[in-house]
Amino acid sequence: MKFITVSGPPSSGKTSVILKTIDALASRGLKTGVVKFDCLTTDDDKLYEKKGVPVKKGLSGALCPDHFFVSNVEECVRWGTDKGLDILISESAGLCNRCSPHIKDITAVCVIDNLSGVNTPKKIGPMLKSADIVIITKGDIVSQAEREVFASRVKIANPAATIMNVNGITGQGAYELSRLFISGDEIETLKGRMLRFSMPSALCSYCLGERRIGDTYQMGNVRKMDMEE
Amino acid sequence: MKKAADRKFSEQTYMTDFFESFGLKIDNHEITPAEYVRNIPEDKLEDLGIDPENFFQSLEAFAADFEAMMNDKGMDVNSLTVIGGHDKSGNPENVELTISKGDIICIVGPTGSGKSRLLADIEWLADGDTPTGRRILINGEKPDLSMRYSLEHKLVAQLSQNMNFVMDLTAEEFVMMHAESRLVENPAEKTALIIEQANMLAGEKFKPDTPVTSLSGGQSRALMIADTAFLSKSPVVLVDEIENAGIDRKKALELLVKEEKLVLMATHDPILALMGSKRIVIKNGGINEIIETTGEERKSLEALRKLDEKLLAMRNILRTGGRLDNIDDTII
Ligand SMILES: Nc1ncnc2c1ncn2[C@@H]1O[C@H](COP(=O)(O)OP(=O)(O)OP(=O)(O)O)[C@@H](O)[C@H]1O
Ligand SMILES: Nc1nc2c(ncn2[C@@H]2O[C@H](COP(=O)(O)OP(=O)(O)O)[C@@H](O)[C@H]2O)c(=O)[nH]1
Ligand SMILES: [Mg+2]
Ligand SMILES: [Mg+2]
Ligand SMILES: [Zn+2]
Ligand SMILES: [Zn+2]
Repeated sequence: MKFITVSGPPSSGKTSVILKTIDALASRGLKTGVVKFDCLTTDDDKLYEKKGVPVKKGLSGALCPDHFFVSNVEECVRWGTDKGLDILISESAGLCNRCSPHIKDITAVCVIDNLSGVNTPKKIGPMLKSADIVIITKGDIVSQAEREVFASRVKIANPAATIMNVNGITGQGAYELSRLFISGDEIETLKGRMLRFSMPSALCSYCLGERRIGDTYQMGNVRKMDMEE
Repeated sequence: MKKAADRKFSEQTYMTDFFESFGLKIDNHEITPAEYVRNIPEDKLEDLGIDPENFFQSLEAFAADFEAMMNDKGMDVNSLTVIGGHDKSGNPENVELTISKGDIICIVGPTGSGKSRLLADIEWLADGDTPTGRRILINGEKPDLSMRYSLEHKLVAQLSQNMNFVMDLTAEEFVMMHAESRLVENPAEKTALIIEQANMLAGEKFKPDTPVTSLSGGQSRALMIADTAFLSKSPVVLVDEIENAGIDRKKALELLVKEEKLVLMATHDPILALMGSKRIVIKNGGINEIIETTGEERKSLEALRKLDEKLLAMRNILRTGGRLDNIDDTII
């Protein structure tokens, strides 16, 4: 089985692109499944189910979804193998712009949309900057020149990536993306693999449920803004 | 040549953009990227989401891309061939149309017939993998499909029907950013030229500091035409209906084809259609016929132009608040 991590800001078009790519993979006779990670709720699993795609959903609740992802990904890979999948895709929404689910030597995809603003590519951390493939969606909504400018900003943030425009609604570009999906390595387990980047070590009192505001309640890894200047 | 990581910033000024995308500002240009990163404390790197190994890989890729782009003269395309697929009902098209450098080819057909689809097939270098099953050859050969992914070696520049902007930038900032991304010699000068030329096409003038999101349909289109004409190195230009917005079509077309390019244009406009050497007639998603523009038709162009000028004059009367009295069919 091949494993692919797909991440990107909420509503950037991850589910749409994955669904279109699964169609393209199916036309090549490949069986694909999805594990979907989210915080609170998601209806994406229903969208996948409707298409007959085997799907597993993981809600992280109070935890950072990316932290939750790493703690569960090995089990997900086992699930995919048991289901006899050719390809397993994980979909997770990058919420803090700092955590990233990407794993070394596992095809890593970041989905970002043309509407998110020229400065967004540089604001997104390892999720975009360490991805192998960056997919830009919603090109149908903007002019050619704006697509080019946006793509060039993505290129500065991640010059080594393959950058592609895919339309999440019509699926234009999804066939080509599917071509890149099948070029990844076969895996049996993720045990011993490394994350491409460490997750932030955020353990302050607020991580642990504190709600009261004020110095006396701030414990652990607390950092203060520089208010001088 | 030394690795980019070991060349001073002053020898590769573009490198500061890469650092800026990681939130790092370079003040001392006499040091190298390797030295600069070595002096950043580990926890700061962690904060910025920088893994040195990955970072330096990206950095070398960035420098390599940049050098390649600087040396890119644009690809030499002498011909483009469309090999027919099928129409919307699955009937085969049975055509093989070759278009050469310098040609202007028009695409005509009812709304929804598939004109934009044909342009999209060309832009995508279709290889039997689009809804039409068409295939595109460049210089008589199947092109390297990796060109589809290449941002800087784009074969095709497209003026699409969609002219929306969502970026929060002024016209000047936008064109400047585009020019910089294309690594043109003198971006500020080019930007000024593009805005000036766009204003010659548009009915109503706009200022360099007008936000792109508040440009009218005609102004956006004029800006995009001038932008494509002066910034694009792509040898193939695809134009999707430039007539719908209030711009000077003849001037627009002259701007676009002034260089040795290969132009395909979807249009409903008789004057533009006759300016082409051939026109492709699309019906039900398929290429139905290819008509050569005859000498007879060219003669009609003269009269059509006069008619068009008259209409334009009347539009201007309307625009400036005048009246259209006493117009009858003698005008034709
Ligand atoms: N040969 C074909 N097979 C299947 N679908 C097709 C074919 N040709 C075109 N289509 C589809 O038909 C729809 C309408 O086509 P398109 O947008 O190209 O029309 P158009 O001629 O540009 O119309 P307009 O004049 O309104 O701009 C599109 O969804 C397109 O993908
Ligand atoms: N116009 C346009 N809309 C898109 C495109 N891709 C996705 N969308 C829409 O964007 C919204 C969010 O997409 P979704 O796939 O759910 O995003 P996710 O949260 O990243 O999984 C949906 O309404 C999609 O229909 C695209 O290429 N063009
Ligand atoms: Mg989703
Ligand atoms: Mg159209
Ligand atoms: Zn996080
Ligand atoms: Zn915390």
